[in-house]
Amino acid sequence: MSTTVISHGAADHDSHDHHHHHETFLTKYVFSQDHKMIAKQFLITGIIMAVFAMVLSILFRIQIAWPDAEFPILEVFLGKWAEGGRIKPEFFLSLVTIHGTMMVFFVLTAGLSGTFSNLLIPYQIGARDMASPLMNMLSYWFFFVACIIMIASFFIESGPASAGWTIYPPLSAVPTAIAGSGLGMTLWLASMVLFIASQVLGGTNYVSTILNMRTKGMDLWKMPLTIWAFFLTAIVGLLSFPVLVSAVVLLIFDRSAGTSFYLSDLVVGGQILPNEGGSPILFQHLFWFLGHPEVYIVVMPALGLTSEVISTNARKPIFGYHAMVYSLVGITVLSFIVWGHHMFVTGMSPFLGGVFMITTLIIAVPSAVKAFNYIATLWRGNIRFTPAMMFAIGMVSFFVSGGVTGIFLGNAALDINLHDTYFVVAHFHLVMGSASIFGMLCGVYHWYPKMFGRMMDERLGYLHFWMTFIGAYLVFFPMHFMGIDGVPRRYYSFTDFPFMEKWVSVNILITWAAIISALAQVAFLWNFFASIWLGKRAPQNPWNSNTLEWTTPVEHFHGNWPGEIPEVHRWPYDYSKPGHDEDFIPQHIPYSQTMSSNHLHDFEGDEEAIRIQKAWNKENDREDVTFH
Amino acid sequence: MKFTKYNKFKTIIGCLLLLNLVVALPASASLQDSVVSNVQMDETATPGDEAQVDSVTVATDDASGDTTASAVVSPDEQATTDGTTASVEADKQIDAQVYKDITYYLMYFLLICIIVAVIGKIQHIYTLSRRINGKYNPLANNNLQAALFLVFLVFFLVGTYYSYAVWGVWSWRAAVTEHGKDIDQMFIITLIITTFVMIVVHILLLVFAYLYRMRLNRKAYFYPHNDSIERLWTIVPAIVLTVLVLFGFFTWRKITNVPQELQDSALQVEVMGEQFMWTVRYPGADGVIGKRNYKLTSPTNAYGIDFTDKTAWDDVQGAEIVLPVNQPVRFHIISKDIIHSFYMPDFRVQINAVPGMTNYFQFTPTTTTRDMRDKLNDQSYDFVMLCAKICGSSHFNMQKKVVVVTEAEYKEWLAKQPKFFTEALQQEYAQAEKGEETLKTASLN
Repeated sequence: MSTTVISHGAADHDSHDHHHHHETFLTKYVFSQDHKMIAKQFLITGIIMAVFAMVLSILFRIQIAWPDAEFPILEVFLGKWAEGGRIKPEFFLSLVTIHGTMMVFFVLTAGLSGTFSNLLIPYQIGARDMASPLMNMLSYWFFFVACIIMIASFFIESGPASAGWTIYPPLSAVPTAIAGSGLGMTLWLASMVLFIASQVLGGTNYVSTILNMRTKGMDLWKMPLTIWAFFLTAIVGLLSFPVLVSAVVLLIFDRSAGTSFYLSDLVVGGQILPNEGGSPILFQHLFWFLGHPEVYIVVMPALGLTSEVISTNARKPIFGYHAMVYSLVGITVLSFIVWGHHMFVTGMSPFLGGVFMITTLIIAVPSAVKAFNYIATLWRGNIRFTPAMMFAIGMVSFFVSGGVTGIFLGNAALDINLHDTYFVVAHFHLVMGSASIFGMLCGVYHWYPKMFGRMMDERLGYLHFWMTFIGAYLVFFPMHFMGIDGVPRRYYSFTDFPFMEKWVSVNILITWAAIISALAQVAFLWNFFASIWLGKRAPQNPWNSNTLEWTTPVEHFHGNWPGEIPEVHRWPYDYSKPGHDEDFIPQHIPYSQTMSSNHLHDFEGDEEAIRIQKAWNKENDREDVTFH
Repeated sequence: MKFTKYNKFKTIIGCLLLLNLVVALPASASLQDSVVSNVQMDETATPGDEAQVDSVTVATDDASGDTTASAVVSPDEQATTDGTTASVEADKQIDAQVYKDITYYLMYFLLICIIVAVIGKIQHIYTLSRRINGKYNPLANNNLQAALFLVFLVFFLVGTYYSYAVWGVWSWRAAVTEHGKDIDQMFIITLIITTFVMIVVHILLLVFAYLYRMRLNRKAYFYPHNDSIERLWTIVPAIVLTVLVLFGFFTWRKITNVPQELQDSALQVEVMGEQFMWTVRYPGADGVIGKRNYKLTSPTNAYGIDFTDKTAWDDVQGAEIVLPVNQPVRFHIISKDIIHSFYMPDFRVQINAVPGMTNYFQFTPTTTTRDMRDKLNDQSYDFVMLCAKICGSSHFNMQKKVVVVTEAEYKEWLAKQPKFFTEALQQEYAQAEKGEETLKTASLN
């Protein structure tokens, strides 16, 4: 594949050096244009939002587990929304709405791909920074303002948005239907528009950086899977987020300008509304045209990160590199034609539903290939269980356990009875929630030394892993059964239906598991923040990894490499290559230095190189190895 | 691990602090209890007498020492805020006990943190001593984590078995409709396949993690790809999924694509969702549901039925959904305000109620409520229809009882239900019609 290779020479870099001395606190830590700093900003903001959203989830879990109990402490913090120590039904809906929005968009989209795309794209492809550092900075600040606005909605009279994270109109469009659809919804929409702007700025940057700024020798098929994942994720985001803008803008018109894109034939609270001719289904199409690709935006970077971590720590090449890339490409393409499976029972044409069902179940194939390839990578490896590796294995586990239930929900006939029940909650919390957050945590533990130049405490990492891993299963696995029984999601309490009473005991189990695993996150938070200052100093390549970021010095400075950017000669997965004295060969090591381990296949048909290798082999009594 | 030099002090200070708390808290807490009740008594007795409350609180403050400072601050604050908001709100104030409880919980959590830190420290010292003795195994922890994955595998398998055996049984009731039986069958087949995949994948994943844990003198097997294996595990899932897709597709078409003559011959029932109730409309003797126009909604005609359409005159309002057994019924699902979802779990029926459009679901119930009760051995069991789409504050309690009865019972029940076209409405319409006629004649003149 022909590409433009931009080689930044040492001379070119010298001109950068002059800036460093003029850096102020403001330009270094706040309005930084350096990809490493922006990555850290994304990560820390993401972590704060994750804690916030997690606390929200604990609040509504408490309500579900003990619907009749009073917790006066809640009134201290929530005031009129928890009068008498009981969360009000409308506020309960606000909690689930904002929990979902924050987790999906702010934590798992911005916090995950924002952090690691920014950190790893320049590092792993061998670039001094992003294609447009300014856009990169703007991307972060749009995101930051979006977060502030979303949190601000908790401090207004009518409360935050409460129509579910999918904000289906008319509920989200008519403030008389629910209080949260007043100012709270306006803030939600404003926040989302800014967030999408952030994503588009970021995505453009990621794509152009990957396409244009790879170092010499880094052709597409030598890129680590992380980069492939970020690249495809950015493409998905660029193609789908603008559609959400259109959905949001039309909704803003419906709410504020009296249009009727989504509204028709409404009598709310005894009042006949003048809107005619719109369709709520239109919104759902527009929303899920983003919404479904969005779950792949969330999970693909996690898959990329775990591929890298599993290969590094199994000391073994990732099994089926090409298959892994093609399955990502397959997921990318298919992710755009499956959105209708969220709408099987909305009254969308049943025939269309059948078509969406076929495309949906096809997408399970590339996902299955990925899972099997992970397992094949572990087979006969030499596995080192760093905390990052633990989270990577946990991620594969969640991806499989949560993925298989997608086969039920993707099947239109089965979806009739499972739609909008706890089965769905269980499914997506495992496959995109837990799997992605584990991918993210795996990335944090693995690349922490690169980000902060310090090591995290390992034992706290293990404690964090086990409590979160077991906790997440205890929380989400039982929910499948409630869903099969027909308990709808977003129910404030289960006490009004005799058939749901048996689930109260299970709800208490779930809530306790949630509380305990939430507390376990304190181990992570302490570990993360304390290690910034107190952690052991990191060596340059703590995990004996092959990728380029570990060739940069531990100390950060603008431009990443002090001298010339290393040239890339091989793929990133030469782990445990027979004939080499170490169990890893970094990407920048030329084949001329590893004569004892080269395969003839490595030279990709370069006659001259093969001739030299054969001659060397003959001289040193080594057989010609080719892997096929 | 690098926390060492800081941690020493922290641990010591932490332990001292904790010891202090453990000794001091219960004593001061009991003291506090009595004072709090005193404060409340005072407030109820002489509302507005802030000085007294304050002084009592201050007294406790001195007595209990600074360890309970946070707990004590609360009544103090309460007292001062009370001063401004007057005595009316005195009984609405939050009990000081609340603040004390939360302090307790925080202390417990702190205690756990310190215990964890101490255990970590002990383990650290242990490894150090091993290292000094030259017995340190750098892979000891790696082996431990690998073993823990095996333990987790056991937990996972037992947990899966337990949840299927207990919660699975709780959740499973066979469908009571014709199409529901097809869905159930497909559900079971999918369940077997997916459970098999999940279990096998987990066994492989976690057993491999254990078997291939790092050893000092071993190198991993360099095995970058194997095209035939990859092809195999692309094609096998593809085939399995194709079978499931076809099976699902035809079942779905069968459910949703009902031939016209069967649509017409079925019993028609209209259900309208609104915040937060369902209204059920039976077509009456003519078998035709009358027209509805949302613009006609009024206090007397909450449903918005258009009574100029004479087929609407005999429409009957059902207090609950009652269906004759073994007879196809076609539901027309509409919404008055926002989106709701018409969901009957036992019937495997769900379709959204969307304003501005009518959705249909046709099915045939096969089991009467009475038979179901006998089958479940629960004489209070009822089928239920509930809302499954988020619709506002009372979303969680928007239900309608569903009763399946014999044909005769159904007819008997239907005859007792009131008509939508009440006498008041009839008069209203008669009036309106008269008015229209006079208008017409007037304009003719």
